Amino acid sequence: MRHIKTLFEGAFKPGAESCLGGCGECPSSCQSACKTSCTVANQKCEKIGAHLKVRAKKSN
Amino acid sequence: MVHKYRLNGFNVVLDVNSGSVHLVDEVVYDLLSYLSAADFCQSFEEIELGKLRDVRGAADLRSAYFEILSLWRAGLLFSEAFGVSEADLEEKLSGSPIKSMCLNVAHDCNLRCRYCFASTGDFGAGRKLMNLEVAKSAVDFLLERSGSRHNLEVDFFGGEPLLNFPVVKETVLYARSLEKDKDKKFRFTLTTNGLLLDDYIINFINDEMDNVVLSIDGRKFVNDEMRFDAAGFGSYESIVPKFQKLVSHRSGKDYYVRGTFTKKNLDFSKDVLHLYSLGFDQISIEPVVSDLSNPFAITESDMADVENEYENLMNKMIVMRKKGKCFNFFHFMFDFGNGPCITKRMKGCGCGNEYIAVTPDGEIFPCHQFVGTKEWSMGNVVKKSFNDGLRREFIKANIFSNEGCADCWAKFFCSGGCSANHFKFNGDIRKPYGLACRLQKKRIECAIFLNLVGKLGSAIG
Repeated sequence: MRHIKTLFEGAFKPGAESCLGGCGECPSSCQSACKTSCTVANQKCEKIGAHLKVRAKKSN
Repeated sequence: MVHKYRLNGFNVVLDVNSGSVHLVDEVVYDLLSYLSAADFCQSFEEIELGKLRDVRGAADLRSAYFEILSLWRAGLLFSEAFGVSEADLEEKLSGSPIKSMCLNVAHDCNLRCRYCFASTGDFGAGRKLMNLEVAKSAVDFLLERSGSRHNLEVDFFGGEPLLNFPVVKETVLYARSLEKDKDKKFRFTLTTNGLLLDDYIINFINDEMDNVVLSIDGRKFVNDEMRFDAAGFGSYESIVPKFQKLVSHRSGKDYYVRGTFTKKNLDFSKDVLHLYSLGFDQISIEPVVSDLSNPFAITESDMADVENEYENLMNKMIVMRKKGKCFNFFHFMFDFGNGPCITKRMKGCGCGNEYIAVTPDGEIFPCHQFVGTKEWSMGNVVKKSFNDGLRREFIKANIFSNEGCADCWAKFFCSGGCSANHFKFNGDIRKPYGLACRLQKKRIECAIFLNLVGKLGSAIG
């Protein structure tokens, strides 16, 4: 592509079922580190590849 | 939904739903302002682009448009919302057991930090230590309420938990003794101001604590301005060598040196780098949570300076990484490939639902920041009482129902934010605090850019 360079293809891709995943085994987000603010993007999944990642549904 | 921003001369585009990130040229950057997913159902010529068709060349616009279109077809740009409703999420969360517990083993502290949200350790309710019976009841309560969860988190917090180290130690031994029979794994964290660390305690922490949070604000004059004992002596000189010793024997286990910045040190990137110069490579520096009337509170008038300082820190990190000097800054740590699942992204904090805090008397609050707020008292671990009605309130605090979250581009990174902060500043756990949102967004933009630099190297950095 000439105009766009894709750096990261998001974790949530077409190809998986559209439903909620989540094994619940990861820590609460602020609890074991900063204690004052909530960020989830810096947390790793406890079961990489095992949980369902959700697709964004396309209408057409 | 798409978010675009310029940083260091680059045009960055985030596709909110898929989490994809793109670098784009000026033509695409402009064109994105005119497009929505609905436009892809019509021909390029039919799309209303206003003056853009006069400003940009037709061939350039057309080729840019078809690149955007191909990414939309691939689900990487203007991707549609997840097929998950608020009711789906609430049903999922309603089934969550309690898996994390903050044990406030000491409502007492040997420091008198100016900004302490725990009223210098006693949470405004008198100085008190948790006894072992209460601590064991808390562990039992967690085990009984943890359902099928295998990993259970217990944080020793205060006040200063090392003022009650014997109970910390005995609680760990008690919980460990139950792990095998109950098929559970306890993961312990301890947050300390460091004053009482000695070789024995350091060894115990490094053996038993999966994570340890070491409180220090950065440069000596910054730390000692805010963190001092009852006689007024700053903590810096005492704690630095102890923290260095602890970390040097950590053997790769998690830790953070964790500080607070205030209006007094809006140049906090210097504090981050100072902590790195002391030998620490896992660093978290947070904006102070404080009543806005305090002279050190961060207010609206400080926002631009704080945002610039995050950018300043990001650029310093880029330069240092080129020289092989690497450290983690908690709020710039993203993992695009292996991040959390969508449930977690729709409600990040387990406060009041999966996570509770317990006082020395055994009283339960939704999290450590709610401790002492009587209206949020949820029960008592000794009496084995728990208010599921209040729990329901926290389940409803998510990106669907929190004010402004549904339309926010940052929602899958902050996941609705901190209910305690929302309540503190707006009196409503579902009404996010605007200044915190603004800083969160800036940190996310910087974190994304740092990841781009990591991927592209010198081409962008």
